[in-house]
Amino acid sequence: MLEVQNISKVFGGVHALVDVSFSVAEGSLSALIGPNGAGKTTMMNIISGIFPPDKGSISFKGGVITRLSPAAIARRGLSRTFQHIELFAEMTVLENILVGRYIKSRSGFLAAGLRLPFVRTEEEKNRAKSLEILASIGLEGKADELASNLPLGEQRMLEIGRALATEPSLLLLDEPAAGLNIRETRDLGKMIVRLNTEREITILLVEHDMDLVMRISTSITVLNFGQKIASGKPADIQRNRDVITAYLGEEDPSC
Amino acid sequence: MVYALPNLTDDSYFITLMIFSGINAIVAIGLCILMGSAGQVSLGQAGFYGIGAYASSVLSQSFGLPVVISMLCAAVISGIAAVILAAPSLRLKGHYLAVATLGFGEIIHIILNEFGPGGPSGFGDIPALSAGGFVLTTPAHVAWVVWGILLLLMIFSLNMLNARPGRALRALHGSETACNAMGLDVVGLKIKVFVLSAVYASIAGSLYAHYVSFISPSSFTLFHSVLLLMMVVLGGITTVWGGLVGAVIITLLPETLKAFEELDVLVYGLILTLSLLFLRRGIVPIVTAKIHSLLVRRNA
Repeated sequence: MLEVQNISKVFGGVHALVDVSFSVAEGSLSALIGPNGAGKTTMMNIISGIFPPDKGSISFKGGVITRLSPAAIARRGLSRTFQHIELFAEMTVLENILVGRYIKSRSGFLAAGLRLPFVRTEEEKNRAKSLEILASIGLEGKADELASNLPLGEQRMLEIGRALATEPSLLLLDEPAAGLNIRETRDLGKMIVRLNTEREITILLVEHDMDLVMRISTSITVLNFGQKIASGKPADIQRNRDVITAYLGEEDPSC
Repeated sequence: MVYALPNLTDDSYFITLMIFSGINAIVAIGLCILMGSAGQVSLGQAGFYGIGAYASSVLSQSFGLPVVISMLCAAVISGIAAVILAAPSLRLKGHYLAVATLGFGEIIHIILNEFGPGGPSGFGDIPALSAGGFVLTTPAHVAWVVWGILLLLMIFSLNMLNARPGRALRALHGSETACNAMGLDVVGLKIKVFVLSAVYASIAGSLYAHYVSFISPSSFTLFHSVLLLMMVVLGGITTVWGGLVGAVIITLLPETLKAFEELDVLVYGLILTLSLLFLRRGIVPIVTAKIHSLLVRRNA
């Protein structure tokens, strides 16, 4: 589904990513992990088109997306959430989801202003679909609340819901558990698995919470200082020497 | 058909004020959509208003086109001017966009001054409003037509704002990053909302020209752009009702202050300053919030 090939990116003198390649198989729940500053978010931003890589290419569903705009990539069916929440704060919860329906609908300024019949049916369909999404993320009771009034955990859920509204085939989740408590994280994990199995959405998860990643993902890629140091199934990653060293440091022989 | 409508009142002074309120309100609701919904600033609305007035006047007077056709052509010309303004200004935000649009308004003013018929002194004998053989002879009829067009544009705007394009504009105001991630065409949306507000201003400008039958560049200056800004800020930019209310108040206020004689300008300035200090969100949002909280208390 997603092929990341030999991606490099330099910021100033910092090599944020060096020749990183990995792939996300269709239907998988993949994770990208690594210590702070490993280049995970940089990779997310390159995949979703926020900035281009210096070298390398990215293909999605067979087409190269390396130089496309974020909007064009989103329209191809790759949706994402943000580590620092980017909701439409002054709009209601339902309206946030409805904006997600934008690319799946077509009423323009004139048609909407004249309230043509197809606009009305489209609005009703989108509303029903959005309420269904709200129910699936447990926010059905908060449809008319302003997004900015929700607690952090629900804001993260709303971001995921809004991404789902675009009907993506690949969903990038950028540290969805950041700032959540243990219970919220557990619920989030269950929901991500449900999205993957029931809605059959391929997921690429960037996450710090190792417990969550090991529990739910089917394949893991590990970055450290901008380089890929391992990839494989959770059990293999847990035993991998390089990974343990990257997270915990070298074993001290004198101990 | 217009003859069947009742005369509003015999007081032609009052009717004239109603006409100007309606014309200003048409520009103001466009500006509300641009600023309040989409979060873009314009200090150049008087430019589009001027293009609407001049283009429609010249087309109907010199080229003999029917007034309605002239107004539509003027709206198209304003729309094209809006695309020309929006395209290079799209990367700008806040103060920078304000200055770019201010510059646009000034350029239009200079062009009208230098190349407009009659130059700085303007020109007259502009055909009166007419459609399909009906010529609007009395101010009362003009008032009905202006407020009729205003009503239609209000309905159009509210429909649009409550549907997909309106939500996209408010999303643009909220987070461009998120808009991009949702696949929204940010550049296209900005151009479209600029065009929309320009077309509203243009229609208002055309109505103005055909009503007063004499125009000069001095009606389309930065001062008028700022006055339009005052209307929407005072009424409340987050809703088109704010534009309507603000336009009526700002148009009527100087007239009601005539009682203060030579102090009227001072009182006018004082009222505007105080209302900006104490009615920051605008009259309509404040009043609706009050009514809403009263209703909630009653139901509780």
